Amino acid sequence: MAALLGRFGRKLVSPGSSHGARRVSTTVCESETVKSLNLYSAINQALRIALETDPRSYVFGEDVGFGGVFRCTTGLAERFGKNRVFNTPLCEQGIVGFGIGLAAMGNRAIVEIQFADYIYPAFDQIVNEAAKFRYRSGNQFNCGGLTIRAPYGAVGHGGHYHSQSPEAFFCHVPGIKVVIPRSPQEAKGLLLSCIRDPNPVVFFEPKWLYRQAVEEVPEHDYMIPLSEAEVIREGNDITLVGWGAQLTIMEQACLDAEKEGISCELIDLKTLLPWDKETVEASVKKTGRLLISHEAPVTGGFGAEISATILERCFLKLEAPVSRVCGLDTPFPLVFEPFYMPTKNKILDAIKSTVNY
Amino acid sequence: MALHLRSSSSKSAFVNILRHNLCFGFGSPSHATRHLRRNLPHDAPIRVSQNPISRLCNTMAEKLSSIGGHEDASNQVMDFPGGKVTFTPEPQFISESNKERVPCYRVLDDNGQQITNSQFVQISEELAVKIYSDMVTLQIMDNIFYEAQRQGRLSFYATAIGEEAINIASAAALTPEDVIFPQYREPGVLLWRGFTLQEFANQCFGNKSDYGKGRQMPVHYGSNKLNYFTVSATIATQLPNAVGAAYSLKMDKKDACTVTYFGDGGSSEGDFHGALNFAAVMEAPVLFICRNNGWAISTPTSDQFRSDGVVVKGRAYGIRSIRVDGNDALAMYSAVHSAREMAIREQRPILIEALTYRVGHHSTSDDSTRYRSAEEIEWWNKARNPLSRFRNWIESKGWWSDEAESDLRSRIKKEMLEALRVSEKTEKPNLENMFSDVYDVPPSNLREQELLVRQTIKSHPQDYPSDVPL
Repeated sequence: MAALLGRFGRKLVSPGSSHGARRVSTTVCESETVKSLNLYSAINQALRIALETDPRSYVFGEDVGFGGVFRCTTGLAERFGKNRVFNTPLCEQGIVGFGIGLAAMGNRAIVEIQFADYIYPAFDQIVNEAAKFRYRSGNQFNCGGLTIRAPYGAVGHGGHYHSQSPEAFFCHVPGIKVVIPRSPQEAKGLLLSCIRDPNPVVFFEPKWLYRQAVEEVPEHDYMIPLSEAEVIREGNDITLVGWGAQLTIMEQACLDAEKEGISCELIDLKTLLPWDKETVEASVKKTGRLLISHEAPVTGGFGAEISATILERCFLKLEAPVSRVCGLDTPFPLVFEPFYMPTKNKILDAIKSTVNY
Repeated sequence: MALHLRSSSSKSAFVNILRHNLCFGFGSPSHATRHLRRNLPHDAPIRVSQNPISRLCNTMAEKLSSIGGHEDASNQVMDFPGGKVTFTPEPQFISESNKERVPCYRVLDDNGQQITNSQFVQISEELAVKIYSDMVTLQIMDNIFYEAQRQGRLSFYATAIGEEAINIASAAALTPEDVIFPQYREPGVLLWRGFTLQEFANQCFGNKSDYGKGRQMPVHYGSNKLNYFTVSATIATQLPNAVGAAYSLKMDKKDACTVTYFGDGGSSEGDFHGALNFAAVMEAPVLFICRNNGWAISTPTSDQFRSDGVVVKGRAYGIRSIRVDGNDALAMYSAVHSAREMAIREQRPILIEALTYRVGHHSTSDDSTRYRSAEEIEWWNKARNPLSRFRNWIESKGWWSDEAESDLRSRIKKEMLEALRVSEKTEKPNLENMFSDVYDVPPSNLREQELLVRQTIKSHPQDYPSDVPL
C-alpha cells in the first residue's frame, strides 16, 4: 500500500494499488523479498543492479558522484569506483555525445541529465546521432547501450525551468524509445529494461514522485517490458490514458467519477515511443470514449498523436470526441501553476462531459 | 604587458614552457621590479612575483627576494578553489593574441627537399611508396567521382583534393585498432586501411552492396571492419562521440586511441568545445585532427574565428597541441605518430592543427569561384601540391620514377572506371531495407507502414523508381 502526499495537501494513493483498483497484470512474484522504497531509491537500486550485472556499464552526468541532486546515484561511486560512476563537466551536448561514443563501443552508458528542462543542448546528438546511428551505418554500428535519464514534470514550485515535460519532442524521433514510469516499482523494472534494450532510450522520471511516492519494491533484478501499456483500473464507460505522475491525479478523478456512477478504465502507457496502440484500441472499442491527460502543453502534445491514432482505428465505436486535459500553452508558470495544471477536477469535468456528450 | 604562463615550481618547467610555447614572447624582464618600485610605499615589504619566467629573467627580483626575509611566503599566494595563484597588484590582461603566431612544423620545403635539421620519424621505402601511391589513388578516385557527378551518373560528391597528405599520412601513422570518427573529407583514411574503390563506389551509388544499405548520400562511408565510424553530415557531432569511445579504450586498457577529424568550420561548433573539455577532464586518449583548409564552404577563416587558428584553443582546455603543415606528408606522419604515442602512453588528448588548402569546391553543389579567385585555387593546386612535394622526396631517395608514376596512374584509372561501371549496374537494396535498423527489430508501426507502402506501390507503380527491388 503506497501513500502519497497530495500536491496541494490532499492525500493521494499511488495508482494501481488502492482499493477499487485492480491490477490486470502482475509483474511481481509474491515470494520475493520487497522493501518499502521511494522513487529515487528504486532508481538507485536499478542503477546498482545494472552496474553489478554488466562490468562495462557506466553512470555519469552532472553531480552524479556525490549522489546527484535527487540522490538517485547515492553510494554508486563509492561502490563501483570513480571510473564507472563520475561527474562530468556542465555540458549536456558533451555528456550525451560522450555517452553515444561509449555506447558505440559496446558499453552501457547511463547518462543523467539534471533536469529535462536542460536536455535541449543534447537534442542534436540525440536526434541526429543516437537515433540514426544504427540505420545510417547499415547496422554496422549502433549505440543501443545508451540510456538517458532525466527528471521531468511539475514539482509545485519549479517554474519554467524545473517543471517541463518535453516528451513530445522526443516521440517524434524514429530510432529512439521514450519511457515514463508511474511509480517506484515500475521505475525500477522499466529502467532496467531501458538499460538493457538494444536501442537508445530516453527515460523521464517524475521528479514529483522522487520522495512522495513510496511503494513495496522487490529487491531482486526484474524487468518490465517496453512498449506494453497496462490497464491499471478496469472500467466500461470511458478510457483514460496517461503516464508518469499524472496517473495519480487521473486515478483520483476515476474514484470521484465512480461515486457518480461512471466506470472508468485507466491505462498507463509507460512507453510513449513506440507506443502500444493495441491495448488502447481494445479498451476504447469497449468503452467508446477516450480521455488523455498530460502536464505538457496541449498543442502538439503527445495526446494529439494518441487521439489521431485512436480516431483512425475506432471512429465508428466512438460515442464522443476524444478529450485532452493537459497543460496550457504557456511556459510553465510559477504563481499560476495551479491554474496551468490538468487537475483532478478538470479531468472529472471532462469525464462527465464526454460521458454526457 | 605581463603574459599568463603556466605556473610550475619544477625546474624543468621553464624548459617545457620554451619547447611548448615557442610563440610566447616574454614581457619586459624588469617589469616585476619596475612596478614594485613605482607603486609601493617606502616602508612596505617587498613582494616578489612567483612567476618563474620573471624570476629567471630578472636577477634584480632574485636579489629583492632576499630582502624582507620575515615576509611569510604563504602571503604571496592566493588560495581559491582550483589551486594556488600568485597575486598581482596591477590589473594584468592576458593579450588576446601572442606577438607571433604559433609556428608550423614542417619537414619538406615547398619543393619536397628535406629541410636541414628537421626532425621527423624515419619511414621505410615500402611505407613511403604506399603513402604516395595512396595519395595518388585518392586524387584519381576524387577526380573520377567528381566527373561522374557532373555527367549525372552520381547524385553528389565531395572531394578531398589538396588534403591528400592529411588523409593518407595521418592514417599511415595509426594502427588498425585506432578508432576513426571522421567528418566527411577523410576517405583517404579508409583507403589506407584497405577499403576498395569498388566499396567506395557502392556507397556512392547506394546499391545493394553498400554497407550503409543505400540510406545516405554519397561519401557517407563507414566500415566496422576497418574501425571507421559512419560519416554523418552534421558538423563536429563526432567529436564528443570520439571522446566517449576513447574512454572505452582507456577502461578496456587497449593499446589504441580514437582519432577524430574536423575542419576549421567545425572548430566553431559547440560540440568542439564540449569534446575538448571532456577529453581533458576524462584524460581520454583521443587525437583531435583539425584540417584547417581555409574555408567552410564560402566562409574564410577570417569570418570563422579571431584566434590564431585552432591550435591555440587546445591550451584553453588543458590540451597539448601542435600546428603542422598539412601538405607535408612527412611532417603529418611524424606529428600523428608522436601524438598517438603520447595519447596512449600518457592517456591524454592531443590537438593537431594541420594547415592546408581546400583545392576543390566544398562539394558538387558548390562553385567556389563565386567567392574566391580561380588563380588562388590554381596556385595551391600546382605550386603547393602535397603530392608533388612528396613525390620529389621519394624520387630523391630513388624510390620512385616517372615510369612507376604512369603505371600507377593508368592502373588506378582503369580500376576506378571499372568500379564505377559495376556499381552503376548493381541493383539497389530492396525495399525492406527502408524499414530495418531503425530499431534492432522493427516495431509495429513500421511493420504497418511497410504494408501500407507496398499496397500503394501496387496501385501506383509509376510513382516509384524501378531500380529498387521490392
